[in-house]
Amino acid sequence: MSSQKESTVRTLMVALLVCLVCSVFVAGAAVALKPTQVDNRLLDKQRSILAIAGLGDPGMSSSQVKEMFKGTVSAKLVDLQTGKFSDARDPLTFDPLKASKDPKLSSVLPGAEDIASIKRMERYSTVYVVEKNGELDTLIMPVRGYGLWSTLYGFIAVKGDLNTVVGMGFYQHAETPGLGGEVDNPKWKGQWPGKTLFDEDGKLAVQIVKGGIDAQSPQAVHQVDGLAGATLTSKGVDNLLNFWLGENGFGPFIANLRAGEA
Amino acid sequence: MSQPTIKEVLINPIFNNNPIGLQILGICSALAVTSNLKTALVMSIALTLVTAFSNLFISMVRSQIPSSIRMIVQMVIIASLVIVVDQVLKAYAFSLSKQLSVFVGLIITNCIVMGRAEAFAMQNPPVLSFFDGIGNGLGYSAMLIVLGIVRELFGAGKLMGFEIIPVINDGGWYQPNGLLLLPPSAFFLIGLFIWALRSWKKDQVEQPSFKIAPQVSNKEAY
Repeated sequence: MSSQKESTVRTLMVALLVCLVCSVFVAGAAVALKPTQVDNRLLDKQRSILAIAGLGDPGMSSSQVKEMFKGTVSAKLVDLQTGKFSDARDPLTFDPLKASKDPKLSSVLPGAEDIASIKRMERYSTVYVVEKNGELDTLIMPVRGYGLWSTLYGFIAVKGDLNTVVGMGFYQHAETPGLGGEVDNPKWKGQWPGKTLFDEDGKLAVQIVKGGIDAQSPQAVHQVDGLAGATLTSKGVDNLLNFWLGENGFGPFIANLRAGEA
Repeated sequence: MSQPTIKEVLINPIFNNNPIGLQILGICSALAVTSNLKTALVMSIALTLVTAFSNLFISMVRSQIPSSIRMIVQMVIIASLVIVVDQVLKAYAFSLSKQLSVFVGLIITNCIVMGRAEAFAMQNPPVLSFFDGIGNGLGYSAMLIVLGIVRELFGAGKLMGFEIIPVINDGGWYQPNGLLLLPPSAFFLIGLFIWALRSWKKDQVEQPSFKIAPQVSNKEAY
């Protein structure tokens, strides 16, 4: 090897050039692909909202999903502290997950209240509403919480009576495929529709139980059979539902909505 | 040293010089992404492309790279390619990129890519290096696909998400083997695969690095 090739100046030059070319390459790709990525992420979310609300069918093309979403579902901002609809932010651009990391828009949850292990809790959240003939038909609420390995992000949809479940599902998680990952199994998700969240006294009663449901029990209408081989994921789903439908989550909002004061 | 032909560099890594089977490289991702066939396939394609193009680019500039910073230069080129692959996946296969999550990014640290860059692309012309990358990618892919098929079929009764063996949970007769869905099972499978490969191609069997000496009596030892 010639000494010229190994000189300090040349080494610096090569390093600089390689970095320059590579950064232009990477930045170009990132900028060029950004619109498609944002579009796809939105589409993915809309698709899962529609699926959980039981609207449309899974084989819909992307333009059909967009059209249907635009036509039937409207996003609304909820103030989780007062439990009322709010105009503080634009619900179309507001991102509750981003807000949960922003100190101005979120607060730290004390350990005892943080049953879903989410650590920070946003002040505002976005719910999705389907209205038919001016009346609330379906309410779709975002939920999230920790399972075994990962935070599960999903939605729960309830009927206009704010009690009967229309569907429940997750759009992002990293649980063990085949065990905890079975939260995506249509068969398991199929147990949810028709279950009721609250008992006759208005207390939150929905729960995931281990080892099958006794159909004779009066509690059966609130119970969902846990996932075989995935106790901790099932527990996580149970916790996150209890959290988001409870006092610190959408509980006050649901109560207000039922009383017609939201 | 005579130059290998394109056919050689393309075919050899699949069985004769398999990156996982013989070189024992890239084990980490082979454990992580093979719990179902679909992610294994996408990962295979991503790694093959990255290895091929990093080999091509590194080989093109190989005579310009000062040896004191050659590793870093290789790393920068590999990292750029991986970021681009990750971005493309996010744009066109969003749900798959969610499943692969960090493992696409971790192609950067995959020993196969770095190993081929250092061992082959630094000494050989661009086109040959490109095909060497493809060949090694195929070797890696072959292993991943075998693992993916075995793990998804016997762990979940499915292939590519379609039901093949009806499992008990869905009203069938097959009790799936849950262990196969966990990463450690890939260790056993890779071990078995290497065993099979070395029984077939005896020249891959390594010489033991030491021999246990026969026992000698005290009298002889002193």
